[in-house]
Amino acid sequence: MEKRIHTPLTKEIARTLCAGDYVYLTGTIYSARDAAHKRLTESLAAGEALPLPLENEIIYYLGPTPPRPGQAIGSAGPTTASRMDKYAPALLELGQTGMIGKGRRSEEVIASMKKNSAVYFAAVGGAGALLSKCIKKAEVIAYEDLGAEAIYKLSVEDFPIIVVIDCNGNNLYH
Amino acid sequence: MRIVHTDIVRDAIKEMCIEANLVLSGDVERRICEARKQETSELGRKILSQLKENMEIAEAECIPICQDTGMAVVFMEIGQEVHLEGDYVEDAINEGVRQGYQEGYLRKSVVGDPLLRVNTKDNTPAVIHMRLVPGEQIKITVAPKGFGSENMSRVIMLKPADGEEGVKEAVIETVKLAGPNACPPLVVGVGIGGTFEQCALLAKRALARSLDVRSELPHIRAMEEELFTKINQLNIGPGGLGGTVTALGVNIETYPTHIAGLPVAVNICCHVNRHVTRVI
Repeated sequence: MEKRIHTPLTKEIARTLCAGDYVYLTGTIYSARDAAHKRLTESLAAGEALPLPLENEIIYYLGPTPPRPGQAIGSAGPTTASRMDKYAPALLELGQTGMIGKGRRSEEVIASMKKNSAVYFAAVGGAGALLSKCIKKAEVIAYEDLGAEAIYKLSVEDFPIIVVIDCNGNNLYH
Repeated sequence: MRIVHTDIVRDAIKEMCIEANLVLSGDVERRICEARKQETSELGRKILSQLKENMEIAEAECIPICQDTGMAVVFMEIGQEVHLEGDYVEDAINEGVRQGYQEGYLRKSVVGDPLLRVNTKDNTPAVIHMRLVPGEQIKITVAPKGFGSENMSRVIMLKPADGEEGVKEAVIETVKLAGPNACPPLVVGVGIGGTFEQCALLAKRALARSLDVRSELPHIRAMEEELFTKINQLNIGPGGLGGTVTALGVNIETYPTHIAGLPVAVNICCHVNRHVTRVI
């Protein structure tokens, strides 16, 4: 089923999404991949404030290419989500409701998604040029020293994603 | 003897890094177009159409096909009649990579130490495979490799008794394990024989071979065709969301091996199977 949703992704909206839904997403999302997740987890362990909001927010597992002059962002497709499995449950506990990536998730992540009413979306892997057209603004908000792995705040319009695992644990890959 | 200045090598590498990341080679592009007609899943066809559109946007607007612009793998065949003048050739290659990734607005995805993990910020060093060959030309292939698919690749040391069936099972099993993680539709490069490291290199070379070229060995050609059919029956499909197009091609390279061994390497690549070749 085709759906259009806006951020923030509240738990109420998350619960209406089903594995297989084709979603056009509009609003603000945040990028973070391996190195950023590691730092976020270290900050949590140290009791420090995180540099991005998590409640009702969506994290896009992304490390874009640099933009050419005049572009908001360079190529911007999803990276493999399973590398974030180790870190994701702690962030879902803090209210994060959406993850965008590609590929399988661990049982621990799926259990945490069910508990916290979170959704895992896939964007089309290898379609970074196409997906970049749906990102209208990109701003580094943390960890600039990580280069492509910095955390970006992204404004997206009709960003095409597919619900792969819904908050009941239904899984489109199965 | 022919004298070639390493500045020529550097400039070629720079241009090839940029080209490889913006334009897919014709063989892969044709396969994606054919796949779109063959795919039976509606969602699969939609994804394949997006991949086609992605390629058009990439070329027209100079946006890399994929944000993972890879670690630069460079194959160089140097004619033994060539005298290289200028810098040390590996420095020239790395300088070409540095300039290409900077000027081409490509992502810098290399960390200097695998455990300390600090980004080198210029995508160097490249992975360089050099070979001396007869003649007075230099043949360079630049194949930037993304790691979503590289991570799903495997080397398996089979026993001779495992035979052809064992090899086929190892390839199919690797593709199943890769599943949706490696951005299907995939290109599957297989190396059979040699030693532990040689079969991995064969698999990488297999990926750099055009999908329009089949093995010259009849039994290997038959295996390429059989594996291609079987992989496409796994119902992994485009994006891993089901369908009949899981692979765009299977290329196999072989080498003599030891009486006690049957090494097999499976190098998985997504549809962004980048390789540009130039002869200097």
